[in-house]
Order: sequence, then C-alpha cells, then structure tokens
Amino acid sequence: MARMATTRRVVISTAMAWLFGFLIFFPILWMVLASFKTELEAFAIPPSFLFFHWTIENYATVQERSDYFHHAMNSIIIAGGSTLIALLIAIPAAWSMAFSPTKRTKDILLWMLSTKMMPPVGVLVPIYLIYKTFGLLDSRIGLVFILCLGNLPIVIWMLFTYFKEIPRDILEAARMDGATIGRELVYVLTPMAIPGLASTLLLNLILAWNEAFWTLNLSTSHAAPLTTFIASYSGPEGLFWAKLSAASTLAIAPILVLGWFSQKQLVRGLTFGAVK
Amino acid sequence: MATRQTQFLARSLLTPAVGLLFIWMIVPLALTIYFSTLHYSLLDPGSEEFIGLENFRYFLTDPAFLASLRNTLVLVGSVLALTILLGIPLALLLDQPVVGRNFVRLMVIAPFFVMPTVSALVWKNLLMHPVSGLFAWLAKLVGLTPVDWFNDVPLFSVILIVAWQWLPFATLILLTALQSLDEEQKEAAEMDGASAVSTFIYITLPHLARPITVVILIETIFLLTVFAEIFVTTGGGPGLQTTNIAFLIYAQALIQFDVGSASAGGLVAVVIANIVAFFLVRIVGRNLEA
Repeated sequence: MARMATTRRVVISTAMAWLFGFLIFFPILWMVLASFKTELEAFAIPPSFLFFHWTIENYATVQERSDYFHHAMNSIIIAGGSTLIALLIAIPAAWSMAFSPTKRTKDILLWMLSTKMMPPVGVLVPIYLIYKTFGLLDSRIGLVFILCLGNLPIVIWMLFTYFKEIPRDILEAARMDGATIGRELVYVLTPMAIPGLASTLLLNLILAWNEAFWTLNLSTSHAAPLTTFIASYSGPEGLFWAKLSAASTLAIAPILVLGWFSQKQLVRGLTFGAVK
Repeated sequence: MATRQTQFLARSLLTPAVGLLFIWMIVPLALTIYFSTLHYSLLDPGSEEFIGLENFRYFLTDPAFLASLRNTLVLVGSVLALTILLGIPLALLLDQPVVGRNFVRLMVIAPFFVMPTVSALVWKNLLMHPVSGLFAWLAKLVGLTPVDWFNDVPLFSVILIVAWQWLPFATLILLTALQSLDEEQKEAAEMDGASAVSTFIYITLPHLARPITVVILIETIFLLTVFAEIFVTTGGGPGLQTTNIAFLIYAQALIQFDVGSASAGGLVAVVIANIVAFFLVRIVGRNLEA
C-alpha cells in the first residue's frame, strides 16, 4: 500500500469495524449462547450473558423429541441432490456455450437468467396442483426436482463465467497435438475447471440449503428439511427458546462454515458475473 | 476451428438444459394463465367454469390487494434503503486498514448464510419479544417502555429482520467493488488537494454506481417475494399489516383454496417482477459484451 496509514487512523477504523461487525453478528451469537442455557435461563430477565449454567441437554432433547437427524438428512439429500443434478445438466451446457459459442449464445444466456426472475409465487398454484396429482407433496424427490430447476440458471451462469476464463490457446495447443475431444475434456479442461466447479457447487449447496419458499409450501413432515422443521417452532411462544436455539445452531453451523469459505464466489455467483 | 461435428456436439450438450428450463418456464406459467380464467375452488370441486377476466377484477379490486401492494413496496423500498445506506459506510470502513479485517468480514457476512426461518424466529423470540426479549430488557435498562414489536410496528419489525439478512450482501458487493478501485486515482486526487469528502463524491461514488445498481436490482427480485420471514413471524397480520403480494397469493391458494383468484394474483406478481428483470437483464447483458 502506497498510502501511509497513521496509527490513529488504524486504531479508530479497527475499533469501529469490530464494533459494527460484532453488532451485526450479535443475533447469531446470542442464539448460540441461548442454546446452551436451560429453558428458564433462556427466558429470564435480566438475561445472563456468559455466567449461566452451561448445558448441552437441549441438543439431546431436540434429537430425542423431534428426530432432528431425520430432517438434517432431508436437508442434505435435497440440497445435495438438487445441486448435483443441476451440475450434471449444467456442465455440458456451460461448456458448450463457453467453447463453441454461436450468435445466439448471448440470447440463450439472458433468457436462462430471465427464468430465474420469475417469482416462485407466480407458479405456486400449478406446481402445488401438479404435485398433489402425482403424489409429490411432502416427497424428497419433488423438492430435489424443484430446487434443481430453480437453481439451474445460476449454476449454468456461474460455470459459464468460469469456463470463459480458461484460455482458448491451451485448447488449440491440445488440438494441435492431436488430442480428441474426449481427451481434451479429461486432461485439459477438467483440471482447469475444478476451482470453478467447486465454488459453483458450494454456492448452490448454500442456496438450496436455505431455500424457504418451496420447502415450506411443499413439505410438512416426512420430507421436511431443516427450514420447515425450524418453522414448526413458530407456534408455542417462549416455552422452547433454548431448544429452538439448539436446533437453529445445528441447522446453520455447517452452512455458515461453507459460506465463509465461499464468500468471494458468492459475489460473483449472485451478481451473474456483473461484479467480480 | 469449429467443425460441423463439434457444432453438433455443442448443440446436443446444450439441449437438455434449454429444454428443461423451457418446460419449467412454459408449463407452470401456461397453467397459471389457464387457471386464472376459471372459477376454480379446491373446496368446491367439479364447479370449474370459464369466467374470463373475472378473477383479475376480483383480485385487483380486493382491498387486500392494494394493502399488500403497499406493504410490498414499503418492504422492498425500506430494505433497499437500509441495506444500501448502511452498506456503503460499512464497506468503506472495511476497506480501511483494519486489524483483523478478515475476521470482521466473517462476522459481517454471517447473517446472509442463516436460513430465513431461523433468523426470523431468533429475532422474533430472543430479541423482539415484548417481555423477555433482549430489546425489551435494554429498553427498560435505559428507562424506556419496551416496544411490542409485532403488534405495534409489525411491518417495521419484518423490515428490520429482512434488512439484517441482506445488509451483508450489499456490503460484500460494495466492498468487492471498492477493492477494485484504482488506488492511484485516489492518490492523484489527494495530491491535487482534494478533500476526503470530494474524493468520495467525485471518485468513489461514481465507481460504486454500477455495483449499487446491481445490488438494487438483485435485492429487489428477492425482496419482492419475501415469504418465510412473514410466514413464521406474523402470518401476514395483524389484519393485513404485514401481508405482501407473495403472502396474499399463498393465503388465497393454500388457505382459502381459491385457485382461480390466486392464479390471477400470481400473474400480477410475474408482471411486477418482469418490470424489474427487464432492467437487470439489460445491465448484465451489457457486461457480457466486455
């Protein structure tokens, strides 16, 4: 950095940044703390910040009473399944548009983007009725399918922007050396595409894990992922704060970790490459 | 050189994705349009009949529609204003030399990864509860009367929760843009004797114009369909005070089982979203050329 940062300036900006960062993070921290309290302490006024009787009993109760792992497994299957299927469909499409573009490629890309703009509520009625007719309500396969379609445009877009950055010269060189398309794909493209694939996978896992329109409307119990499961705590007030906090902490912890790893790609993926 | 063979291959690789998205877009939308012209109630099966535009007249003249349109606009507008007005200073702050910046950035971005049902319930119970919430305790500590958030200012409460979820997104995008700003340009301005304020107004802000536009458009698309936060906190109430268009359509479809009217509402939502999408697609499309 060329500009000299005076000590005073660093101290002030550091203090302010930590203060605001802490304030923004506080609700999450408060929830994690509440998950280690007894129900009485979680509800108590004045609240205790650190000096309470720490207990992990809520975590055990959540599993015992409500079969937490069943819903966690649903989340894993639905988020993982929809992301993997979307990748399988998107990789060939993005590859084709990045490396053999035609004059319609741009239109196709923008059209794909526009399908993502359709508000889900606009098609809630027909999807609900179709699912009802085919017995797909409250089924994991139904949710996998709809989340896959919902995220497909983002997956294709992200992969496309990553594939575009693979230098064309390398492909030319491989072709000159007599590589077939199959070999080119396996030995040249795949290694170079893996970072882009990984970040696409990560971002879409996060989006699918947190999706809360279709999951709330199309699942009730058997196929309910964590979003729906947590929503079931909205009924009784006050009685289950510590358990709600424990269930919530478990539900967001894995995704928080994944999210922190993928923050750079997040900007790129969510802005469709408009901000890098 | 693309041979005919590779062209054929390219096209066949693209077809599954295009085909699926095409079906995904056309079939439900066509069904929505079809249902919107029917008198169709799930409570009264077998009574379906064509009624033309009657559902639209009913939906658009329903006082609930105007109320929910107003709530939708207030919700989208307020959250946009909050996230951008707080996001700009926050991004500027994080762009400064800060000790432990990476850690601070992790804290700032965390709310974005919390699933909507969790953030809504944590805010509603642990923070905003009128008796045992943390805010109530803080208010009493400084001698104020605790606010009964979801009864006295329900829409504002929802706005606060949603803004908390989206502030990280705005901040992160603005910060990414700030970090790509040419340091030398700012230095040159400072050497020419520009004050910090005029550097901000004449160099930083113009540079942020595009990312701010992108934030506005993308947030708008998601904010138009805020659902889970309302679903688990207020259920649209009290009265219609927190019913937005998405929630109104949901209520008509899955609570009142009025398929026809909900479909008409769905189409209205599609039209509103398309107006926004039109601008976003243009901006992103311009970027494709570069």
